[in-house]
Amino acid sequence: MVTAIQPIADSTHATEAMRSPSTLRACAALLRRDFVLAWRRRGELFLPLLYAVIVTALFPFALGPDPELLARIAGGALLVIVVLAMLPALEAMFRADLEDGTLEQWLLAPQPLALLALTRVIAHWLTTVLPLIVVMPLLGALLNLPVKLLPVLIAALLLATPLLVLLGSVLSALTAGARRSGILLALMLLPLAVPVVIFAAGAIAAAQSGMPYLAPLTWLAAALVLAIVLAPLACAAALRIAVET
Amino acid sequence: MSRSYLPHWMHWLGSPPNFYRFAGTLRPWLMAVALVSAAAGLYGGLVLAPPDYQQGDAYRIIFIHVPSAWMSLFIYATMAVAGLIALVWRVKLAEVIAMECAPTGAAFTLITLLTGSLWGKPMWGTWWTWDARLTSELVLFFLYLGVIGLYNAFEDRRRGARAASLLALVGSVNLPIIHYSVQWWNTLHQGTTVDFLDPARSSIAPAMLWPLLVMALATHLYFFASLLGRTRTGLLSLESGKQWVRALVDGQPAQTTGAPT
Repeated sequence: MVTAIQPIADSTHATEAMRSPSTLRACAALLRRDFVLAWRRRGELFLPLLYAVIVTALFPFALGPDPELLARIAGGALLVIVVLAMLPALEAMFRADLEDGTLEQWLLAPQPLALLALTRVIAHWLTTVLPLIVVMPLLGALLNLPVKLLPVLIAALLLATPLLVLLGSVLSALTAGARRSGILLALMLLPLAVPVVIFAAGAIAAAQSGMPYLAPLTWLAAALVLAIVLAPLACAAALRIAVET
Repeated sequence: MSRSYLPHWMHWLGSPPNFYRFAGTLRPWLMAVALVSAAAGLYGGLVLAPPDYQQGDAYRIIFIHVPSAWMSLFIYATMAVAGLIALVWRVKLAEVIAMECAPTGAAFTLITLLTGSLWGKPMWGTWWTWDARLTSELVLFFLYLGVIGLYNAFEDRRRGARAASLLALVGSVNLPIIHYSVQWWNTLHQGTTVDFLDPARSSIAPAMLWPLLVMALATHLYFFASLLGRTRTGLLSLESGKQWVRALVDGQPAQTTGAPT
């Protein structure tokens, strides 16, 4: 009898240890999984870049190729282009995981759901948004962006895009269980994105007219810190709504 | 019953059939008082109040525009509070109330935008300008549309209501931005003329103030009356399979589930 019980006790012990790895290791595993998945479908990673290049190329056709006019609108236009290029990927942030049952495992996991959501946000930003920021010098050159504006634009994007992905993760989780969500996500993101865009554009406009541009950037940084704390919690609540039937 | 922080009558009212009958009794009275006060406020504002020393008679649009603008914010706050109750305590009634707030709120926001635009053309010489308050009011309109759209995108109405309630809560960060927009940014829209917290700072003549306040009362009462009516309809369609709705449709006397105390 004792010998029969012993292995069972051992195995429960073993599964207990396997089931609750440290939160850090769980997040690292999730991050690694997202990177592997992104790498396996690396063709898709170029689609937002291609989209951004195409939309950027439309501006000189629509407004005329006057270099001075392009230089004046370049900062704001590139900001809008990045926001637009982010939208399609945002919509699919949780959809596949909801369909194949991964999200249910997230809910069952002993790790806090908000942290798993934050990990997904980080992976999403690194794989789909960071490449857009990397090609900014090229897009800036297409629109004749003044070279002194480029660092400010990139700094504004580095603060604004994580903020938008954090807000977008809440909306993406909300629409994951809905029937259709394409334009709905854009409609829901717009009101929340407006303050972010205003401050990012404010920094660019200030730099363009030779004024101090640090204040709007610090506002963005403050909002980003606040969003890192609050958005994963809202995202977790939205994921619970998406999963429950 | 377990210990509760809520008084008993709130539990009684939270039951859909009880609320249905309560709202049915209260609604006509609210609507009647709303119509009477709207008539009084419009008469006071459009006939009795003197013309403005600067804007002449054109300022009279404020008797529609300003109460609508107040309502656009007030209804959003109501929706967010009801949404919070729906999310935390899972009260079915709160879900319906939160979702039925949204179309009325969107309507008042649209009225605010349209009347402001009509007033802006002769006064500022433009239908639209990207002023802080106008833009934030437009953003509020999109927020309402987002809530309505998300609610309708779900097959399961209760899930849709909870998702849209969460969106309403997240969107409430915009309310203080709209309210303080005339103070924070010095733009085209005129600043506060009515200050409830500090009446001495109000810069509006009493003859113009009282019709405005009566109109504000009328719009609030109208909102509550219409919300009660909309919630009644919403409850009927949500609970259409339940016995109390069938009894109602069959014309039987409704069953009472405990009297209020």
